[in-house]
Amino acid sequence: MSTETNPPGADLPEHPDFLWHNPDPKKTYDVVIVGGGGHGLATAHYLVKNHGITNVAVLEKGWLAGGNMARNTTLIRSNYLWDESAAIYEHSLKLWEGLEDDLGYPILFSQRGVLNLAHTEQDIRDSVRRVEANKLNGIDAEWLGPEEVKRICPIINISEDIRYPVQGATYQPRAGIAKHDYVAWGFARRADEAGVDLIQDCEVTGFTVDGDRVTGVRTSRGDIGCGTVALCAAGHTSVLLDHLGVRAPLQSHPLQALVSELLEPVHPTIVMSNAVHVYVSQAHKGELVMGAGVDSYNGYGQRGAFHIIERQMAAAVELFPVFARAHLLRSWAGIVDVTPDASPIIGHTPYENVFVNAGWGTGGFKATPGIGWCFAHTIANGEPHPYVAPFSLDRFTTGALVDEHGAAAVAH
Amino acid sequence: MQLIHCPWCGPREEVEFHYGGQAEIAYPERPAELSDQEWAEYVFYRDNPKGAFAERWSHSAGCRRWFTAVRDTHTYRFSSTAKPRRTGVRV
Ligand SMILES: Cc1cc2nc3c(=O)[nH]c(=O)nc-3n(C[C@H](O)[C@H](O)[C@H](O)COP(=O)(O)OP(=O)(O)OC[C@H]3O[C@@H](n4cnc5c(N)ncnc54)[C@H](O)[C@@H]3O)c2cc1C
Ligand SMILES: [Zn+2]
Repeated sequence: MSTETNPPGADLPEHPDFLWHNPDPKKTYDVVIVGGGGHGLATAHYLVKNHGITNVAVLEKGWLAGGNMARNTTLIRSNYLWDESAAIYEHSLKLWEGLEDDLGYPILFSQRGVLNLAHTEQDIRDSVRRVEANKLNGIDAEWLGPEEVKRICPIINISEDIRYPVQGATYQPRAGIAKHDYVAWGFARRADEAGVDLIQDCEVTGFTVDGDRVTGVRTSRGDIGCGTVALCAAGHTSVLLDHLGVRAPLQSHPLQALVSELLEPVHPTIVMSNAVHVYVSQAHKGELVMGAGVDSYNGYGQRGAFHIIERQMAAAVELFPVFARAHLLRSWAGIVDVTPDASPIIGHTPYENVFVNAGWGTGGFKATPGIGWCFAHTIANGEPHPYVAPFSLDRFTTGALVDEHGAAAVAH
Repeated sequence: MQLIHCPWCGPREEVEFHYGGQAEIAYPERPAELSDQEWAEYVFYRDNPKGAFAERWSHSAGCRRWFTAVRDTHTYRFSSTAKPRRTGVRV
């Protein structure tokens, strides 16, 4: 529950006067990370911190953390169904719990809990099953009836007369939100301090290849040699893999979100519904932050279709009648890369020294510290960290899928 | 929201349509001879270009027929829509 007593936003920290340098690329690096979003920056941080590897560049085609990292709705939770997912997301959640100290930077991690609503008999069965699976994995999870849902989130409409009445919810109290920009800046500042080159406005446009090794990357700022390449390009991973002649089962889709004007604190937790495709939390400053589903078709345009927002707002107003008077301030989209089993693809590629981290789709923000940690280990050791080993590209051939559509698809 | 040109009904609103992914994915000619990798590619792998993409759409709230469209995945502009090619298989 929110314990804020100050006006919303009053306790937001001041920006520091210095964040990171803006260096020109060197001729060569031990590790070149493509993509300066949360995942790329966290990977750089843990390469230094856990493995002592500092000759690292993070190459970002736009501005640092201006992709999905700046566009997501910041929900953090670990209540996934399968053991493989529970392991990596819970590892990440534990890191979130200590991240402010690790980074020496405020990230406004607020553990206000998440309610995942159930609207049908089958939703109830699936939810209870997921709660039990979570408990077996040591993850905090409970099943709540409609009255208990209302106790945690008083503004929710639990009337039986709405189109999809609330039949209950799963609840993870340790779930929460963080301030995504601050998270990126915290990682960036730490990595910069440790000697990592964060290079903006530097698009990777191709690779130089020698047999089954990549010897360098071609960029809009010249060729850069590398020992290892780590792809953290989220929605643009297919474009990069195409340069290498490597295929992966990824499809890029626009995913939209929107915020309302600032309101006083009305919404103390996070509420998500897969069935009616809306989820809501209230940001630190007071905006209602809402997300919906992905647009059905492939897209790289960082904008989505209006009817998706229309549907999402209809669902939100039915669940939260008080929202009817809130004004929409702005909406935007990111490009997310989805896989057939709604789980990420991490690890080896056909090139010996190229590693991929992609396919987090609509839900990779919560994984930021966890994947940074495990991907750094993978790069440093040339072998996947045990937590990410199940997410290799070859699972689509062996059939060992990690089918997280129930816990991951659409909801974040 | 944009207008999509159904080859049978003409321009209709986007909400009337259903997306079907990449076009012209042919069922394997000799399924029994496929390796696991080839099966994986048939079932799970699709192109994901940033640019022109040939894809299937169904006019699900109209004539309910499938057609092929070429659309730019960056600008979202449709450059053509056409009735599906005959392949011997029912389309
Ligand atoms: C609207 C929306 C809401 C979301 N909500 C949530 C949520 O609530 N919780 C959650 O867990 N997840 C959420 N996500 C998903 C989450 O944002 C992503 O899974 C995650 O951010 C992906 O990792 P990243 O941060 O590294 O990606 P990004 O921040 O997108 O980083 C990739 C970077 O690579 C760069 N890049 C691409 N190609 C090149 C190139 N050729 N050369 C150089 N640089 C390149 C891009 O510019 C980009 O900055 C949401 C996403 C969106 C769009
Ligand atoms: Zn038609």
